[in-house]
Amino acid sequence: MRPEDWRSMGLKDEEYQMIIEILGREPNYVELGMFSVMWSEHCSYKNSKDVLRTFPTKGDRVLQGPGENAGIVDIGDGLAVCFKIESHNHPSAIEPYQGAATGVGGIIRDIFTMGARPIASLNSLRFGTLDDAHVRYIFDGVVSGIAGYGNSIGVPTVAGEVYFDSSYQGNPLVNAMCVGLLEVEKIKLGRATGKGNPVILVGARTGRDGMHGVTFASEELSEASEEKSPEVQVGDPFTEKLLLEACLELINNDDIVGIQDLGGAGLTCATSEMASRGGSGMEIELDLVPCREEGMTPYEIMISESQERMLLVVTPEKEKKVHDTFKRWGLISTTIGHVTDDGILRIRQDGKVVAEVPARSLAEDSPVYCPAYQEPAYLKTTAALDLQSLPDVQDANQVLLKLLASPNIASKEWVWQQYDYMVRTSTVVLPGADAAIIRIRGTKKGIALSTDCNARYVYLDPYTGGKIAVAEAARNVVCSGGEPLAITNCLNFGNPEKPEIFWQFRQAVCGMSEACSAFNTPVTGGNVSFYNETNGEAIYPTPVVGMVGLLEDVQQHCTPAFKAAGDVVVLLGDTYDELGGSEYLANIHQKVQGQPPALDLEKEKALHKVVLAAIKQGLVKSAHDLSEGGLAVALAECCFTNEIGAAISLSTQGLRLDSLLFGETQSRVLVSVAPDKLSLFLELAAQNLVPAYKIGQTGGTNLQVTVDGAAQIKLPLSQLKKAWQEAIPCAMK
Amino acid sequence: MKFGVVVFPGSNCDLDAYHFVKDVLAQPVDYIWHQEESVAGYECIILPGGSSYGDYLRSGAIASFSPVMKAVKDFALRGGLVIGIGNGFQILVEAGLLPGALYRNTALQFRCQFTYLKVENYFTPFTKAIERGRLLKIPIAHGEGNYYVDKDTLHRLEVKGQIIFRYATEQAEVTAAANPNGSVFNIAGVCNENKNVLGMMPHPERAGEAILGSEDGKMIFDSILKHWEGSRL
Repeated sequence: MRPEDWRSMGLKDEEYQMIIEILGREPNYVELGMFSVMWSEHCSYKNSKDVLRTFPTKGDRVLQGPGENAGIVDIGDGLAVCFKIESHNHPSAIEPYQGAATGVGGIIRDIFTMGARPIASLNSLRFGTLDDAHVRYIFDGVVSGIAGYGNSIGVPTVAGEVYFDSSYQGNPLVNAMCVGLLEVEKIKLGRATGKGNPVILVGARTGRDGMHGVTFASEELSEASEEKSPEVQVGDPFTEKLLLEACLELINNDDIVGIQDLGGAGLTCATSEMASRGGSGMEIELDLVPCREEGMTPYEIMISESQERMLLVVTPEKEKKVHDTFKRWGLISTTIGHVTDDGILRIRQDGKVVAEVPARSLAEDSPVYCPAYQEPAYLKTTAALDLQSLPDVQDANQVLLKLLASPNIASKEWVWQQYDYMVRTSTVVLPGADAAIIRIRGTKKGIALSTDCNARYVYLDPYTGGKIAVAEAARNVVCSGGEPLAITNCLNFGNPEKPEIFWQFRQAVCGMSEACSAFNTPVTGGNVSFYNETNGEAIYPTPVVGMVGLLEDVQQHCTPAFKAAGDVVVLLGDTYDELGGSEYLANIHQKVQGQPPALDLEKEKALHKVVLAAIKQGLVKSAHDLSEGGLAVALAECCFTNEIGAAISLSTQGLRLDSLLFGETQSRVLVSVAPDKLSLFLELAAQNLVPAYKIGQTGGTNLQVTVDGAAQIKLPLSQLKKAWQEAIPCAMK
Repeated sequence: MKFGVVVFPGSNCDLDAYHFVKDVLAQPVDYIWHQEESVAGYECIILPGGSSYGDYLRSGAIASFSPVMKAVKDFALRGGLVIGIGNGFQILVEAGLLPGALYRNTALQFRCQFTYLKVENYFTPFTKAIERGRLLKIPIAHGEGNYYVDKDTLHRLEVKGQIIFRYATEQAEVTAAANPNGSVFNIAGVCNENKNVLGMMPHPERAGEAILGSEDGKMIFDSILKHWEGSRL
């Protein structure tokens, strides 16, 4: 082997030496390819593993933590929820429709691999600014790709988030989350056990698509990346639907020993991980693998990332039944090898051994790095925000209209009306609310789901931003009536080999861990996506949180919309002069500066307690968390759905007007309360030491806000709603 | 009254239709695999929504050739009640049981939203229990629901009362703005001449419970039950 051989596959010189030590000889070309994909950052987490260990991962409800295809939490009644989020950023940058579609397909496979029926999809998307035609092309393609796959396979896409910022101009983020439901006793693991047990490959034929996809995901994007478009896989939701039904049928009948999907690093990953987890080895005959093209080499077959394939281990007694079942579903299944007990992954073609590697060395023994880290220099500049020199709001009406029309705040209906969010007839709270709610058929229960991350905060202070990402997800779940249970995360960062990027990563993980511990929402799994850079420029650090919450009684859910005129509007939580990192500062003053708002975890917990209790006791009619755009935007959003206005009266009490109306102080929730429930509600808040301010009343067709007696905002809802509704459709025309 | 929900490879609203009949209507229901050659013993056949055969070739085109469809055709010709929803409507059109074609939505995008349906003919097995003048709030979820027939066929459909549902505003006005997909004449659902086969793009099985946002889909099935009970006397 020449140094170019391993270097071109993304392996470092010292990694090549490690391989020689493991094998006691030089690897051949096939083996080198297998090590290179399994030891890529995408598969091995070699740069992040050490930091990820600091996440809290245990809890009373956690049935499966990180390390399997997806995490699982117990929701009682013998049922469990299985969920995970994963990135498909680089494929989507090159080929948006297929990149996003196969992202959805991949995460759905991760869920049914565990034995769970996929019941909901979510996503978290980031794009550049919409004034760029290429960004519009990517945005449009990604949304239709998610729709195309999810709608066809029949998993409702129920919630998500979309942000636009120039830091994502050349490197969009496409994070797909899937949630499944299963009976606790039917959890299936990706393990190969039982010497002699047949290994079955089922689904699509193996082709030359997606070669080295994981290596591609583990390097920065550049002009040369466009030429790698053949490396993007093509999705076939129909085949996956058949696989899903056939595999769940087999799992329900207890017909298989272990199962794993083929995703990144294809057959190499599935065979080595299953064998390694089971403490076994495996022998595979490549002549038996159904290929799409003739003359595929062992190297190509082993690292192809053709979609919609699964690997199963079954007992010899069940082998025929399993093949028959797949046949009934119109799928091609082939026994391609068997389990051994020597720990070796042995690959043969034409009777010759073409690769012979300890399975564990591929799956577990990658090098672990502790990259250098250093506080980024930019923080010195961004931290210097002088509020004194910033002019306060002159015309709050105009500012509010402008913020509502900011694509980050504007209605995302253009996006979610393309998703089938109702199929499976269990979506109780539809997209557009703080969290989606899915009922659990056959029980009284429901689950609340949300994805969140304000990356601008993370950029300005990764530690606080990481904490806020978890807190906001929890707040969204709580405002819907759900008790937060656990999270999955997708950590999107730049190149970790740059000390400033790795510093962001460490700080963000630290903040997230702290918040997860405080809320008792352990991390059950997730995904790290590094190298999100274009021509050397990193994206904002974007650690996306996907949270699952539980409603014991799904009827006791809540939405942000005002329900009737004459209700009292109450603001929970105090407001401070916190404009750093706000949408207001970015949009109106073109500044991404300052410290993000502070977060006090104890205050946040008390707030959750009050809101949850109030929803359960039926004391509030609506609840909406305050986020981008602050109080004024939150008020407008509460008015829109049922077209019920509000008359609000505030006092500055020493605050700037812009902080009061548009600041993004954390741990605040807006609720509406029927007058006869007000005293009970205020008592509940007081008992928990949560500040509660009666700020006005619902009704009318205007949103009117007076501050210290002077009218600052007075606009018809129709005008506000128009600005909010038309922003994205207009930009996309 | 016994219902059968046909399962094609790629159907994905089969579960919803099944639960609707079982839990909301409290009637007996079975799944019918697409390879079955008989639908004997059923009083109403539901062709559910989804993406049968991945919508490859044309939506509904491949499914219309499956063995069960031959049985469904015979069942329909003998007067049996058949309702095709979404992809099921597309299959009925492809199978020649209903006139017209379903093109891509004019917006060239998938659309999922609640729509309001104006009932155009109350004298069918699918509408006879619906209160006069009552709009039905029922969601759509499709990419290819743009119904097309030529002028002459449209005229014939009108004269023979085969147009059953049209998209309207919440104020019951049939306008271009209320048309979510570009369908001719705002058509959301049509019947065959005998009025025993209905195809509709909106999903009544998704509007069966208050917690899902509407119960109006139930009225269509209440009509089916009323018709069936009447026919047994």
